[in-house]
Amino acid sequence: MTLSPLGSRLARGAYLAVCGLVFVFLLAPLLAIVPLSFNAEPYFTFTEGMLRLDAEAFSLRWYREVAGDPVWRRALANSLLIGSAATVLATGLGTLAAMGLASRAMPGRRLAMGLLISPMVVPLVISAAGMFFFYSALGLAQTHLGLILAHAALGTPFVVITVTATLSAFDRNLSRAAAGMGAGPWLTFRRVELPIIAPGVVSGALFAFAASFDEVVVVLFMAGEAQRTIPRQMWAGVREQISPAILAVATFLIAFAVALLWTVEWLRGRVRAAR
Amino acid sequence: MSRARLRAAGLVAPLAVFVGVTFAVPVVLMLVRSVYDPTVADVMPETLARLEEWDGRGAPGEPVYAAAAAELMRAADERTLGQVASRINRVQSGLRSVLVRTPRLLRETPAGARREALLDIDPDWGDPATWHAIRTAGDALTARHYLHAVDLDRATDGTIGRRPEEERVYLRLFARTFGVGLTVTALCLLLGYPIAYLIAHASPGNARWLLALVLVPFWTSLLVRTTSWIVLLQTQGVVNDLLVALGLVADGGRLALVHNMTGTLVAMTHILLPFMVLPLYSVMRGIPSRQMAAAASLGATFAQAFRRVYWPQTVSGVGAGSLLVFILALGYYITPALVGGQSGQLISNFIAYHMQTSLNWGLAGALGGILLAAVAALYLVYDRAVGIENMRLG
Amino acid sequence: MSGCDEGLLERIDPATLAAAPDGTPATDDFLPDTLLECSVGTLFYSTVFAYNDERMPGEKPATLEDFFDLERFPGRRGMRRTPLVNLEFALMADGVPVEAVYEVLDTPEGLDRALRKLDSIKPEVVWWEAGAQPPQMLADGEVVMSTAYNGRIFNAQVLEQQPLVIVWDGQVLDIGQLGIVAGTRNLDAALEFVRFASTAPSMAAVSSHIAYSPARRSGLALVGTHADTGIEMMPHMPTYAENTRRVLNSDWLCWSDQMDAMNERFSAWLAQ
Repeated sequence: MTLSPLGSRLARGAYLAVCGLVFVFLLAPLLAIVPLSFNAEPYFTFTEGMLRLDAEAFSLRWYREVAGDPVWRRALANSLLIGSAATVLATGLGTLAAMGLASRAMPGRRLAMGLLISPMVVPLVISAAGMFFFYSALGLAQTHLGLILAHAALGTPFVVITVTATLSAFDRNLSRAAAGMGAGPWLTFRRVELPIIAPGVVSGALFAFAASFDEVVVVLFMAGEAQRTIPRQMWAGVREQISPAILAVATFLIAFAVALLWTVEWLRGRVRAAR
Repeated sequence: MSRARLRAAGLVAPLAVFVGVTFAVPVVLMLVRSVYDPTVADVMPETLARLEEWDGRGAPGEPVYAAAAAELMRAADERTLGQVASRINRVQSGLRSVLVRTPRLLRETPAGARREALLDIDPDWGDPATWHAIRTAGDALTARHYLHAVDLDRATDGTIGRRPEEERVYLRLFARTFGVGLTVTALCLLLGYPIAYLIAHASPGNARWLLALVLVPFWTSLLVRTTSWIVLLQTQGVVNDLLVALGLVADGGRLALVHNMTGTLVAMTHILLPFMVLPLYSVMRGIPSRQMAAAASLGATFAQAFRRVYWPQTVSGVGAGSLLVFILALGYYITPALVGGQSGQLISNFIAYHMQTSLNWGLAGALGGILLAAVAALYLVYDRAVGIENMRLG
Repeated sequence: MSGCDEGLLERIDPATLAAAPDGTPATDDFLPDTLLECSVGTLFYSTVFAYNDERMPGEKPATLEDFFDLERFPGRRGMRRTPLVNLEFALMADGVPVEAVYEVLDTPEGLDRALRKLDSIKPEVVWWEAGAQPPQMLADGEVVMSTAYNGRIFNAQVLEQQPLVIVWDGQVLDIGQLGIVAGTRNLDAALEFVRFASTAPSMAAVSSHIAYSPARRSGLALVGTHADTGIEMMPHMPTYAENTRRVLNSDWLCWSDQMDAMNERFSAWLAQ
């Protein structure tokens, strides 16, 4: 049975409605908490004033509370410190390894890839439990260094994957041409290879940073009071009491996510342009 | 080895060592705990050696008592008694206080037969079950945590049987974890397929925007997304408010949508949906829209054209997305912990519980070992079918 | 207690603790069972159940039995996700007299009986883990009644003016203790702090902020009014005569032996 024009238009309308609902499902949770974070009252449901768009029902109260709270400020400082140090480690080691993996000469490639990707595949609870015992024995639990190493390990797969993907599009003749003109390996890397794979490296770094910035399981197992990060602080807040202050932090994190997404998409455009 | 091989291996080596030391070794050592715990064997070697000669029926002979008395007193001095007592107590509940009390009281008894002295302190010392418990806990290398993790138990005569009905937990929990994984995967496929199709066949300008709508939640913190669902789904939350305002639900009959299995399923589907949409989109983008039109012009209905022409070309994307979502879902911890209540807890939550609260690390290791084996098997399938380096991140 | 046996805590000599303001030695001044080998009890706290007065129109619950009565008081209940205290509540509500609770619980039949009683409300229970949750759930109407630490409910009552009511009947009383982690580098400073925190004025100062009562007689005598609102603290204390018509003293010896087995049974029961 072929659909009549009317029937097919109806079917298309129904299909678009279904898609619309899925997008609502994807985005509604994020959209709902943004206005609630401006609630003047200590509730996280819409007050009648808010529904009437009464200016007095909205306030920056919770943003002020978070900004003025030393606990949240320290959590932000910890998240930034641990995230950036872990990112530097993961990006450096991950980029080198990706260059090795991209080479056809690499021995035991599949096995090596399995090991290097494993931090992304192993369920986090298992990783965190193992790290807790091991790092405790070394005196690294409840230290910033311990968390940096742990997060670096968790972030490396993202760097390896993105840089390997960029390298697969890389034209090896360029390196050979550079070598043919007398450039050493280091000069070839710095002047020819790096500029081309740079967007891949940067987006891998952003993934690694985002992974650390959002990680809470390892932090739950390993961090002491002095290493509490933003997700750890949110976890405590959600378990005990969701105040609109948590929603203010959440709104900030959504804005951060949009910025990250925009940057990664822009970089992806550069990779495509370079091909 | 050729220079190229050396160079490649040299580039990979630093990260391999780093991941090995900071990640792989810790995970392996954690799994070792599930089969190896020398605590009791280290503290009571003599007692365990003497117990070798015991026939397992009735109380053992004086040499066993003498060895146990001496070793327990030394353990009390070295303050390792508590660790030993808690290991043995886990095999036979109620022995902790007996073991802890014994050395203290022994000091007040005159020298002589230790057997009578111990029996005076507590009649449990005459019970064969006590000695079986010490012997079991004294096995440094043991499979009992793995037996426990699948609701089995080894009786004193060595036969393996199921635990009593009221103690069976973990098989049910593994089944629940797999069930949740399958349900979430199916929901993601159901919701993800239509929008992936929409994005893949939209004009490039529209596609960029629609794809961004999928990626914003992907990049947003897991905790933020989980929090949002609590805010939306709780009794006084937005969804219930809406249902009441629309008159679909009475104010007194608000639905319990969170802190139960519903909460876990909804939040996990939301969080994992982008992992399904992205591989589907990648595959669909390569299918020309003209194909469907061509099939229609040849007289195929939409359903026929879809089933015979379009769907077969997307199967690889469906497989990749489904495997990925299923693998990730199996290990979920944070979301069930926050929105799952009691009925929505998964195996990871119990691993964390045994790590942090009950301190039964051997059992935590065994549960983790089984979960890890399942995930690793699925990963191998994924790597064979899709290739890990082809995974699309965001 | 288990921490001491396991060598995780330093021993604390009770003779070194500060005497009462009137000169009574610490060992005579502390209430029974508050001084242990490795720890010093400083305050009594209690697990009670509470309800939200505004969300409980009509008849109000008054006894522990009412908590388990879904017919007269329908609706969801909050309970802490642990066998501890809940099993005791269940047995008391099932008619076991206070003195016999641990004796009954120590038998397999007693444990079954407690779980059977909990079975009767299980579908309606919301399990909490953090002490801050019950007042929150009661205020939000997520549950109609919840077990809770009495001090948390007190805080919600006086600091946030929440219309919460504590039912003291069948409360389970426990002792908050201070201990020192074994092998610490700051042993002297830690001992110094334990000595300071266990003086009568220190205990009374804590009691002027939250409704937990001092573990020594001289401290109890110093309890006065709430630091922020000026209300009398004594009537809110778990040890106040009015509040102790039926009270169970938590038995740590029973729990340290049975905790693993009880946890195991309880997890299995929850998962079923």
